[in-house]
Amino acid sequence: MIDLLGIVDYGVGWAVVAGIYAVFTLGLNVHWGFTGLFNIGIAGFFAIGAYTSALLTTPSPDTALFEDFVFGGDLPSRLGVLNLGIDLWFVIALLAAATACGIIAFAIGFLTIRLKEDYLAITTLGIAETIRLVFLNEGWLANGSRGLYNIPKYLGGLVHPEHYNYLYLIVVLLVLGFLYIAVSRAINSPWGRVLKAIREDEMTAQASGKNVALFKLQAFVVGACIMGVGGALYAHNIRFVSPITFDPLMATFVIWAMLMVGGSGNNKGAILGSFIVWGIWAGTQFLPGFLSDPNIRLLMIGVLIVGVMLFKPGGILGEERRFSNRVT
Amino acid sequence: MADGHPILEVRDVVKDFDGLRAVSGCSFQVKEGTITGLIGPNGAGKTTLFNLITGFLRCSSGQILFDGKRIDGLPPHQVFRRGVVRTFQIPRELKRMTVLENLMVVPSDQIGENLLKAWLLPWAVSRQEKDTQEKALDILKYTNLFALRDEYAGNLSTGQKRLLEFSRALMSEPWLVLLDEPAAGVNPSLMNELADHIVRAVNDLGVTFLVIEHDMNLVMRLCDPIIVMSDGVTIAEGSPESIQQDPKVLEAYLGYGRNERT
Repeated sequence: MIDLLGIVDYGVGWAVVAGIYAVFTLGLNVHWGFTGLFNIGIAGFFAIGAYTSALLTTPSPDTALFEDFVFGGDLPSRLGVLNLGIDLWFVIALLAAATACGIIAFAIGFLTIRLKEDYLAITTLGIAETIRLVFLNEGWLANGSRGLYNIPKYLGGLVHPEHYNYLYLIVVLLVLGFLYIAVSRAINSPWGRVLKAIREDEMTAQASGKNVALFKLQAFVVGACIMGVGGALYAHNIRFVSPITFDPLMATFVIWAMLMVGGSGNNKGAILGSFIVWGIWAGTQFLPGFLSDPNIRLLMIGVLIVGVMLFKPGGILGEERRFSNRVT
Repeated sequence: MADGHPILEVRDVVKDFDGLRAVSGCSFQVKEGTITGLIGPNGAGKTTLFNLITGFLRCSSGQILFDGKRIDGLPPHQVFRRGVVRTFQIPRELKRMTVLENLMVVPSDQIGENLLKAWLLPWAVSRQEKDTQEKALDILKYTNLFALRDEYAGNLSTGQKRLLEFSRALMSEPWLVLLDEPAAGVNPSLMNELADHIVRAVNDLGVTFLVIEHDMNLVMRLCDPIIVMSDGVTIAEGSPESIQQDPKVLEAYLGYGRNERT
């Protein structure tokens, strides 16, 4: 007998992760898809977002367990009085994650945004790895390699743990929907048009009177904030974060694959690509024999990218052309 | 031609690139309402001078004044705001944006360029967008690119790209337009069209032009006065007739003892 309910349960858990990845892909779309910023250090903002949210919301460190870290915000219980029926702490944690990423991105961007794309790529990759190593080695900060656990569930008391994924999927999709609308509105505005101009040709954007460095910095910060929200959503889903989570493969390059496959410069494509790539990554583990080997599965994602690039170079949903309004 | 006051003044400008002196003490004026030609052999420093005027490069020494105020040392976007726009020797269109978008991006101080306002004031933004689009479409009609308004700029022919650069310059409501070889790679009929557009822009819109061009037919027909540069300095200046007879100009173009024409 096929366990239909089990399959649905699995599917919901899968969709939660795919939806979280879609948030990262939206952030990368702001960086690369619209502005041409070659950020291959997504993992850095992923880590800062996840750790910020986790540190703010986990219980204070237990000295009996010889935990290394010193700060656990324990926001859910501290905010108990204020809750008034809505769990405010989650919103605060997401905003804090976004803010932390925004501040770090501003500092990084201020120093590096004038670099040409490939130099920016090397720099962001290096900074992301530095951020990961700081969390690994500074035990007082976030418990080092032992990681942070007991990260609270949002609205965990409302449903039986067995069905929690259904609730969290709704939360993730709401956040994703909100970000989709926010990014789309920004991109379809003159602000987004300047970003595209910078992507196409920085000199022309300058010659059209745009302060290119300022716009690039804004785009870098906005994209990083979105990635921070993704990191926070991830932390409250897995409920454990450690430096291993933020390796470049699953925290940066998979997200690039998602954007390339779905369609760089198209927000719908970014979301679609996340679900497709995550679907292949998750689906292929059920293949028989050696085919379910993780390296083979990764290879399949590689083949998918090559295939998409060959037949639809702009991704499955390429960038949409903006037509003029019909005026006489 | 016109005896307007000098809108652009270049005073003893020098530009060194690690020991190579591209511009060495160049001085001239551009009077308002003229189409001033800037000619000279390859490597004379003309494009470098354009880059210096528009803020893409910084002068090693010397001054550049626009409308009586110094603009040397300003970044490109601030030079643009003073009313100076340029086109590029090789057209630099925004390839994956439509012709219309290429123009609509130009106006400064659009409400929606502020991210917070783009989010919070969508109605005000879209009202301004309507005006911007109308203005862009008007210019595209003026330069005969209207039919191509929804085409990706990357798909245009070289000549159409030149027209697009020109249209983008007009979109900024400029005082002074610097055209870097507007006729290069353009067929003769389009070249005539472009020349007409330039003359009309001077007459209808009061724009002043400084034009680098190698096509002598076009320069002699269109420009007055003409400034000749060679080896980083101006060597002659005057009407087309006087330039054609100036021995220094002939020497710069032809060199000693050579018979072939360039």
